[in-house]
Amino acid sequence: MAPVEPPGASVATDGSGADLLRFAAIGSVDDGKSTLIGRLLFDTRQLFDDQLEAVSAASRRRGIGEMDLSLVTDGLRAEREQGITIDVAYRYAATPTRKYIIADCPGHLEYTANMATGASTADLALVVVDVTSGLREQTRRHTCIAALLGVDQLVVVANKMDLVDWDRDAYENVAQQMHALARRLSIESCTVVPISALHGDNVVDRSDAAPWYEGPTVLEALESAPAGGWEAVHGDHLGTGARLPVQWVLRHGGGRSYAGIVGGGPLRPGDEVVVLPGGRRTTVTGITTYDGSLDEAPVGMSVAVDLEEDFDVSRGDLIASVDEPPLVTSDLEATVCWFGSQPLRAGDRLRVKHTTRVAPARVIEVLSRFDVNDLTLVDATRLSDNEIGVVRLATGTPLVVDPYRTNRVTGSFVLVDENTNATLAACMVGSPPLAESHIHLVR
Amino acid sequence: MTGDVPNDDMTPTDTATATALSRPSSRSSVRHADHLALLESHAIFVLREVAAESERPVLLFSGGKDSAVLLHLAVKAFRPGRFPFPIMHIDTGHNFPEVVAYRDARVAELSERLIVARVQDSIERGRVTDPGPGQSRNRLQATTLLDAISEHRFDAAIGGARRDEDKARAKERVLSFRDALGQWDPKRQRPELWHLYQGRVLPGEHVRAFPLSDWTELDIWQYIARENIELARIYFAHRRRVVERDGMLLALSEWVTPEPGELVEDTSVRFRTVGDATCTGAVRSQATTLREIIAEVATARTSERGATRADDRFSETAMEDRKREGYF
Repeated sequence: MAPVEPPGASVATDGSGADLLRFAAIGSVDDGKSTLIGRLLFDTRQLFDDQLEAVSAASRRRGIGEMDLSLVTDGLRAEREQGITIDVAYRYAATPTRKYIIADCPGHLEYTANMATGASTADLALVVVDVTSGLREQTRRHTCIAALLGVDQLVVVANKMDLVDWDRDAYENVAQQMHALARRLSIESCTVVPISALHGDNVVDRSDAAPWYEGPTVLEALESAPAGGWEAVHGDHLGTGARLPVQWVLRHGGGRSYAGIVGGGPLRPGDEVVVLPGGRRTTVTGITTYDGSLDEAPVGMSVAVDLEEDFDVSRGDLIASVDEPPLVTSDLEATVCWFGSQPLRAGDRLRVKHTTRVAPARVIEVLSRFDVNDLTLVDATRLSDNEIGVVRLATGTPLVVDPYRTNRVTGSFVLVDENTNATLAACMVGSPPLAESHIHLVR
Repeated sequence: MTGDVPNDDMTPTDTATATALSRPSSRSSVRHADHLALLESHAIFVLREVAAESERPVLLFSGGKDSAVLLHLAVKAFRPGRFPFPIMHIDTGHNFPEVVAYRDARVAELSERLIVARVQDSIERGRVTDPGPGQSRNRLQATTLLDAISEHRFDAAIGGARRDEDKARAKERVLSFRDALGQWDPKRQRPELWHLYQGRVLPGEHVRAFPLSDWTELDIWQYIARENIELARIYFAHRRRVVERDGMLLALSEWVTPEPGELVEDTSVRFRTVGDATCTGAVRSQATTLREIIAEVATARTSERGATRADDRFSETAMEDRKREGYF
């Protein structure tokens, strides 16, 4: 491992050459997530002098020593007063080859929706486990939610190793349990690192305290993880044919182009496509951005598409390859993370936002609830706040979907309160990705 | 234009800033998917999503570098069409003349509609109290902004704020809900899953949208270099008469005059942020090109706002308190 360079030791003027990894720090409250992120930023020298000074002054004021690194990310007044994390804090770090977007997620059960917010865009989850207490229910819940959200790389830290005198058995116990959990959730990549976030062992600098540990430090594990971005392949997320949810219609000189971010693909000029849910077929004649035309539009790129036929295409439509078309349906089964204060029940009316389409929806049936402790689906008729389950919904207009396991864009939607516009649920088309379950779509 | 802005040899070939309504010549290869290309695509996505989901959006423009990037992204998102929103400047009246000149030139070049909402008008209408000559009007902007939002019935205000600027901003959603009084409640933010941005609001409420949420100061500068985006001149090193006050270098102007015992220096400085001239500090610098600025930004030991904004120094939670009241 090359020594960590201070930020900016060598940067390209136009920013070229760095890839991007988004990760979410998750796990139970008090296991040390914020301290770990603070440590990671401190030891990679991402913190400015005035920020350090502020943290140091705040630490002294609270009588908690010279430098409480958790204060780096806990930014709200209430968080500092209560010493907990309420909402996700986003932090940024860079090494010579990689930019990191870090979501420091809250650990409390009541802030699970905020944790899901941070994990929903992550390429990797950094799971923090307190080795003195082992896996808690929230550790399992967070790991389950991350897995449901399609995060397929875990870097787990067995934290507070200094409190167990770097006992190898304590580490192995956490490692074993996390590997079993990952297997059950169909996550192939799971690295477990023994650390002390408080003292900085094995975070950026390798520790002498655990000569028996030969694996990577936290930073090494992050640096070697496959990057996110539009070439990212997500494990068993198989990918689909080309998908472009139409966001905006650009008019130019009598013609029209359909703008959006590519949600499956790549998409190329000459591709035969179908515009759904209408079902009319046509050919892509050109793909452009403001900077010119493209031979290929990869997933994650904002583009505008020209079509051969001039028929009515509008926001909410989906342009898809004819070879592997998505499913058009008003009746779907989805895995739902429910965040409403009132339970979700059959008959409830809500609004769906799926890609660029909005539709009214009704709950047909709550099929099951996911038990995060024994990782099974159990019969249920309702989902309470922060529970996960499988639900059948009917939508007022058809949606164009893929199973979430194959496409995170066309496979995801949210449920919204029709009266207050509050977002109440994160939903993934299909069943949870448990090792022996199958994707099941109601047709 | 104000901007024969010095760009040195790494200027990219494309001419985006010079081209207001037509597309530049074709470029065939797919740009490498580096982090800036991903940030750009996402920001364009957010702009289009807000424009589509809101009835009456507005784009906030301060004349600063983040605003400049935001306008550039709006060009990329909506040309060859017109912007689906007006541009609005909240004017404290304490402006650097170069910034106002830059604003007017840029808006004229784009042929888009500019609304200027003046803090002075809020003072004259008795909405806020004039803090007095030479005092910062930064905090008063929240009232002027909220009044303008309500007067024009805007339901979405797009801004250039970034999460790396401040610890309260680090907590904020890309689409951030404001209640009927314009308040941000950081303890009750809506979940924001994937990139499913939800902009619907009830009458009187609005959202703030931050397409540059995940950009860092360095990302902004590198993108400006890559895209050859024109900036107000005060971002580049120049000689200026300054006084050092509370650890900051303040430019002398009609609102900032030396106090007894303060030493006036004529020295080479540049600005890292642009705000109310009474509370925006300069940094000592010889950097006259983007390449030199980026080298300085990359090795800076002081944060952008820490170095240059007196308004964030009141307390640990100064930004959170202002944001709760409706500040940008």
